[in-house]
Amino acid sequence: MKKIPDIKENDVTPEAVYKQRRQLLAGMGFGLAGASLPLSGHAGVFDGLFGKDETASTQAPRKPLEYKQDKSRHGLSLTPENKVLSHNNFYEFGTAKTDPQQNAQGLKLEPWTVEVGGEVNKPGTVDVSELLQSATLVERIYRMRCVEAWSMVIPWVGIELGAFLKQFEPTSKAKYVAFQTLYDPEQMPGQRSRFVGGGINYPYVEGLRIDEAMHPLSLLAVGLYGKTLAPQNGAPLRLVVPWKYGFKGIKSIVKISLVEKQPPATWNLLAPQEYGFYANVNPAVDHPRWSQASERIIDNSSVFEAKRKATLPFNGYADQVAELYSGMDLKKYY
Amino acid sequence: MPKRLFFLLHILVHVIPAFFIFLLYQAAINGKLGGEPVEAIIHFLGIGALRLLLLTLVISPLARLRGFGPLNRLRRPLGLWCFTWAALHFIAWLWLDLALDWALIGGELVKRTYIVVGFLCLIILFALALTSLPALMRRLGKKWKRLHAWIYPASLLACLHFWWSLKSGWIEPAIYLALFCFLLALRKKKLANALPW
Repeated sequence: MKKIPDIKENDVTPEAVYKQRRQLLAGMGFGLAGASLPLSGHAGVFDGLFGKDETASTQAPRKPLEYKQDKSRHGLSLTPENKVLSHNNFYEFGTAKTDPQQNAQGLKLEPWTVEVGGEVNKPGTVDVSELLQSATLVERIYRMRCVEAWSMVIPWVGIELGAFLKQFEPTSKAKYVAFQTLYDPEQMPGQRSRFVGGGINYPYVEGLRIDEAMHPLSLLAVGLYGKTLAPQNGAPLRLVVPWKYGFKGIKSIVKISLVEKQPPATWNLLAPQEYGFYANVNPAVDHPRWSQASERIIDNSSVFEAKRKATLPFNGYADQVAELYSGMDLKKYY
Repeated sequence: MPKRLFFLLHILVHVIPAFFIFLLYQAAINGKLGGEPVEAIIHFLGIGALRLLLLTLVISPLARLRGFGPLNRLRRPLGLWCFTWAALHFIAWLWLDLALDWALIGGELVKRTYIVVGFLCLIILFALALTSLPALMRRLGKKWKRLHAWIYPASLLACLHFWWSLKSGWIEPAIYLALFCFLLALRKKKLANALPW
């Protein structure tokens, strides 16, 4: 694996300089501007300007993983690791993109068990630390397309969801798979306060049709960039379905149930006219808030060198997954 | 109101918004807004413009207090800074998010309700900024007052733009809307006469 240099912000701004800056600001009373709406979703920006800038030194440790490398990069250039770690939607830890990195580091990851049940012959509980030792860990370099019209390329490490589910022997009644994120308001400030959590009903839930879940591209990720997941990326275990919008990739999973009826999905419940159950990446169907025809690429270029590219049907995985939806009106089942 | 205090406030009205822009730039290039600061920059500028609009409207009720009349002279610089932030908010969206893809921009300006509303608000602020030149003020005379009453609809449009731009949640825009409604209620009489329609 190529080594990506690990730039800490201390390398960019000497500690003494930013401490001095903060003292200057505090002295002038400007800190108040950020304090006027302290719980605001946008406070993240003020935090970025005025404090909490020690994140680089307080990151939760990530363990190196053993896995089979993805040698076919499909001509994709990876999004730098520091951007994958600092640009996250994980409303349980706040709605600004930098909130999860700032607020999730204390998430207790051990022990962590996932309960698998429902329409299966062998329901059970999986200890994630055992999953991490699993010999079947594979690397998958996938495009990741957010419904907000930006995209990344991320080297995930995980196990195929289908292979994982088969251990529990799904019955013929298992038509869908339902997932649930941890519900722990003590650890997750967004679950304590509707203001911090963006007014979503928790726990976050998501679902897939069984054939989608069994598709070899569907991944239960336990790591990225060769190490275990960071809390803000959904540690210790999250879903990655690369042909769907990112919000389908439910994070920090504690429960997986095989079910007969289509399970609820959080964003779909919140705004059904904006977020469908399927949420397949589709440039032909706009979101009411964003054109989905193109996407802003998050790569190693600076903020002032924005680049966009045309969004591909099924996020570029059409030849592998389009047949799952043959005969379906994708404008209706968005 | 002491001359020195006014002088200090006048300087702060210019220094603070300018300094925050500088800080935002520094924070963005130093990675303090995360690896991908586009959204943070756009939100910061948008919220900042909204707060400056609020401040602009706070001035005249305060200036009615005995001895605080000179405060009225701060409305113009505050309003101009509000427009500047709103314009930067717009430019950041065009440039950093949509990468100056004009076909896309044209489409978004028409199709997305929250963007239509925000753009209308920006046009109003632009008209008010243009006509804030003293020479134009004199020439427009009575019309100037009527024109500048458009700041009230603009403030409501700004709140709507904020509200509808959120993917979820409503508490924060509701707080701003309540504050603006309060400031408008303080001018009930004036509004009845000065409304542009």
